[in-house]
Formats: sequence, C-alpha cells, structure tokens
Amino acid sequence: MSLLEVRDLHTSFFTDAGEVMAVNGVSFDLDRGQTLGIVGESGSGKSVTAYSIMGILAANGKVVSGSVKFDGKELIGCGEAAMRKLRGNRISIIFQEAMTSLNPTMTVGAQIMESIGLHTDATGDDIRKRALELLGQVRINEAEKRLKQYPHELSGGMRQRIMIAMALASDPDILIADEPTTALDVTIQAQILELMKTLQKELGMAIIMITHDLGVIAEMCDEVMVMYAGSVCEKGSLRDIFKRPAHEYTKGLLNSMPSLEKVTSLKPIRGTVPDLLALPKGCAFAERCDETMKICLRKKCPLIQLGDDHFSACWLNVKDRGGEVNG
Amino acid sequence: MDHKTLTYIIRRIILAIVTVWVVITVTFFVMHAVPGGPFLGEKAISPAAMKALEAKYGLDKPLLQQYFTYLTDIVTKFDFGPSLKQRGRSVVEIVFDGMKTSAYIGIIAALIALVSGIFLGTLAALWRNSFWDRLVMVITTAFVSMPSFIIGSIFLIVFVIKLKMFPANGASEGGLILPIITLSLSPMSYITRLMRSSMLDVMGQDFIRTAKAKGVPRLRIIFVHGIKNALLPVITYFGPMLAYIVTGSLVIEQVFAVPGIGRSFITSITGRDYPMIMGTTIILAVLIVIMNLVSDILYKVVDPRITLE
Repeated sequence: MSLLEVRDLHTSFFTDAGEVMAVNGVSFDLDRGQTLGIVGESGSGKSVTAYSIMGILAANGKVVSGSVKFDGKELIGCGEAAMRKLRGNRISIIFQEAMTSLNPTMTVGAQIMESIGLHTDATGDDIRKRALELLGQVRINEAEKRLKQYPHELSGGMRQRIMIAMALASDPDILIADEPTTALDVTIQAQILELMKTLQKELGMAIIMITHDLGVIAEMCDEVMVMYAGSVCEKGSLRDIFKRPAHEYTKGLLNSMPSLEKVTSLKPIRGTVPDLLALPKGCAFAERCDETMKICLRKKCPLIQLGDDHFSACWLNVKDRGGEVNG
Repeated sequence: MDHKTLTYIIRRIILAIVTVWVVITVTFFVMHAVPGGPFLGEKAISPAAMKALEAKYGLDKPLLQQYFTYLTDIVTKFDFGPSLKQRGRSVVEIVFDGMKTSAYIGIIAALIALVSGIFLGTLAALWRNSFWDRLVMVITTAFVSMPSFIIGSIFLIVFVIKLKMFPANGASEGGLILPIITLSLSPMSYITRLMRSSMLDVMGQDFIRTAKAKGVPRLRIIFVHGIKNALLPVITYFGPMLAYIVTGSLVIEQVFAVPGIGRSFITSITGRDYPMIMGTTIILAVLIVIMNLVSDILYKVVDPRITLE
C-alpha cells in the first residue's frame, strides 16, 4: 500500500459563469520517501490537485468525486476536524510566494511556534527550543534574532526557508511544494532545492514537487506526472519522461526547454490552454497538437500503459502499437 | 521605540504646533474681519458705555497688538481670555466644563461604535451574501447616509414622546443614553462597512491559506490572523473620528439639549462671543491634531511593515 493513493479525483470551482472543471480524473500513488513531480502550465490543475488533497480549496471549490487515501485512511469527506489534525502535521505544504504566504503582522518566530504548538505536546520553552532547532535545520543562522523578525525584514530565500521550517514543525510524512522556487532568483532557487533534497534525506519524507519548470523536475524527482487541462497526460519515471516522452504535449514541453547540447531555436507550443468552463469532448490538447487525428476530437484517450510504470493518454501510442483508432 | 520612530514623533509634534499656530492666526483675523460685534444687541448701548466695554476687553487697541496679546496669553498662561457673554467665567473654564459632558458621551459612543462595528463587520464578511450580511449592509447604509439630526429627531419622537422611555433633557438622569446611541450610529455603520470589506480582503489572502494548511482552527484563523490584519483601515479612521466625536456633536447636543461643548459653541457663535469662538476652535483643533498623531503611532504598533519617517 502506498502512503498516498489518489484515485480519479475530480475538483470543480462553482462560479457565476458556471462550473470550472479544474481537475478531471487524476490518479497517482506516492510512496514513503519518494519525490513525485507534477508538471504543467498555469491552469493545468496541479496546484488544485494539491489543495484538494489537503482540503484547503477556496470556498467555491469542491472535490466532486474520487478518493484520496493517506496511510490507508480516506480523506475525502472525513471532516474538518480530522483534516485539521493532518494538515501541517503529517502533510505539509509550502507555497510559491513566501512573502504573501506569511502573516505580515506576526513575527516569523510566532508563526513557526504556532505550528509547533498545534501539533505537538510541547509547551513554553520547549516550543521555542524546537523553533530554534527547525531554523537550524533549514540552515538559518542567527536564529534567536530571526525569531523576532517580521517577514518583510527577511530576504526572499530566507522567507522560503521559514516556510519550510514551519512545514517541518512536526516531521511530516509528505511535503507538498507548490512552485517553491518560482518567485526566487536562480542562485537562491538552487539553494532551496538543495536544502529540500538534504532535508528529505535527513527526515525521510515524501515530496510532491509542483512546478512548471522541467529543470526543477530533472533536479529533484523520481517520478513525474505531466498534467494538462486538469487531466494527467503522461506519467512515468524521470527517465521515461525525459528520454521516452510518449505524449505530444510532453514532447512539446521538452522542445520548448532550452538545451545546452543542441543549438536549435526553441519551439513553443502554439495556442493556449482550453477553457475549463467548456472542455472539449475529445483530447484537451487536440487543438494545439500537430498530430491530431479524427478520434482525438471525438474521444478522450485513457491512460495507456507503455512500460513498467510509464503511462500516456495519447491515441498515437495506441496507433503505434497497432491498435484500432477509428473510434 | 527605535531612534527613527522617536525622530518622527518629535517632528510631528513640531508640525502640530505650527498647525495650531496657523489655526489660531486664521481664526483670530477671520473673526475680526466679520462685521458686527458682541455688544450689538437688541438694546442700543450708549457710545460712552460701548467705549468703556471695548476698553475693558482691549478691543480698542490696534488689531496686531490684540493678536500678540492673545497669542502670548495662550502660550504663557493657557489663557484664552474671558467670555464676553457669560460674565465672570473664562473661556478655558467654560470649554472644559462642556468637554466633561461631551467627552463622556463621545468616548462611550466611540467605544460602542468600535466594538460593535468590528463585530458586525466581521460577521458580515464571514457570512458574505447571507441574509444577515445583506441586512447589516442595508441598515448601515441607512445610518451612514442619514443625517444625525433626522435620526435624533426620530429617536426623540419614538422613545421620548411616544414610549416615554427616556427624559427629553440631556442634563437629567438617563438623558444621555439617546444622545450616546445617536452619536455612535453613524461611525458604527462606517466601521462595520470598513471592517467588512477589509476582512473580506484579508480572508482571501495567501497567509490565511497558509494558516489553514498549518491546521490552525478556524476561530483562531479569524481572530489571530484575520481580524488583526483587517483592523488597519479601521485604526486610520478611528483616530480622527474619536477627535470629532469627543469634541462634541453640535447637532446632537442641540437636539437632545446636552450641556456639552458643542452646544456652547453654537451659543457663542450666535452671541458673537469672540474669545469663546476662538478658544473652542483652537482647543478642538489641538485635540484633532493629537488624535491624528496617536492613530499614526497606533498604526505602526499594529502593522510592523510601516516605518514612521
């Protein structure tokens, strides 16, 4: 049994304009200590998938159907009180903008200590000691002084370290990192990624790395899931995705990434993401794909197993393997 | 308090003194430019008596000399001169006497407005678009836009004349309840609306999501992470509001016959009581300047991001 099992997750936002189907049938497993990368462009549903798992969707968002099992226990519909005990305790999350994600009128010390106080039996001085220990873990020096500072008094990298310290308050089993380095400059990005890898080794937690940056994925992940318009279009090992991409969208993503080895001009993917209010009946990527067939417009392709744990939702794979694609 | 903050406060105090000086000067000369005088009553006074009166109060001296005497007396003795109408009483005496009542009802009204405004605004924001929210919005819109003399008059008719629940005279026992409520309604409504929109904004911020993701219970999110951050605009409004409300509402004190500074201000204007008008104006100006300074400093206390410089 995996640590986290997500099955056929559907999440929608109910707006005045109608139902925005942000996540449409996402399934994946996460094992202890493993790092899963979720990659996709803005609006592909990667963050919403994470928020659905944690139950921190905006007020108009709702998990419509599907199942999320953590350590064998179903989380969807298990109630706010039970979720609160998990959040920040066994499953933690860090966000893209550490600046806005920290309370501006509270010292970072108070915010870290709040987390510790919520999930451990520690009191008073022990909480403080634990906070200092956490700051040490995320390699922040002058910890005593930092505890008394406010978020705006710290640098961007430092703020993200504080977020991580807060997330680690009670040794979580899973750390979800939602674009943790997007708002940072490149050198700081590398430091934060390095820190996360080190912490993972020290603490043995699993990481879900959400990013649109394939560089981050290559750096950090064991397994990769590529998302498009709320659906998984391909998932597999890091090697599968980078060496044997099977879905046209994955290939497009890889082509639009600069490479040191080949001097070619970048090939962006033409067009834009489809409207989540009115998703097409067939493959959501068909509009932008160069290889579109008739069936792509009529019917969504299910995930097809290509290798050990390599799956792709593209009719071309069926065709290549001699399958019937006339629908 | 750090060095920067201290320098800021000192600079603000100096600026406040300059402001008050400008107010004194403008009030003084405008007052003397207005035609008519305190002794032009219905009864004609003989020229000799008029001369004697003017000599007694120094009104026969050149204007500039009067101005400097006035300024010196204020600075050295905090003396705003005698009242021309209430014989034998000084302006300071009368103003502080009136302030006692005005400040009393003002502070209570301000506190009621603050507490209930924050409470109602927060609830309206948390239950946005509910029946409760709409009800609060309709009522507060009404109270914000209705002039206080209308509300006061309605209260007088309903509670005093029809229901006979309160006495009509503000000087008698229980007579201050209605003026306090009337006085608090408009700022309360304003704070409610301010708090609602501010709270809606704050509860949609990323750090609220972080708090939720940390497993913070909802009530703690609302109080510790929500309300504290949502209070900032309320504080900006509260300082000057307190100054206005404490220095007496001219209209409400008149409607309910409250013996406060507002009412004696009106009496002094109609009676051409120069020293009273000037004294009251200046003392009110000083209070407003102080309250503004206090609210600026308070702002810094609540929001550490603000640097006072």
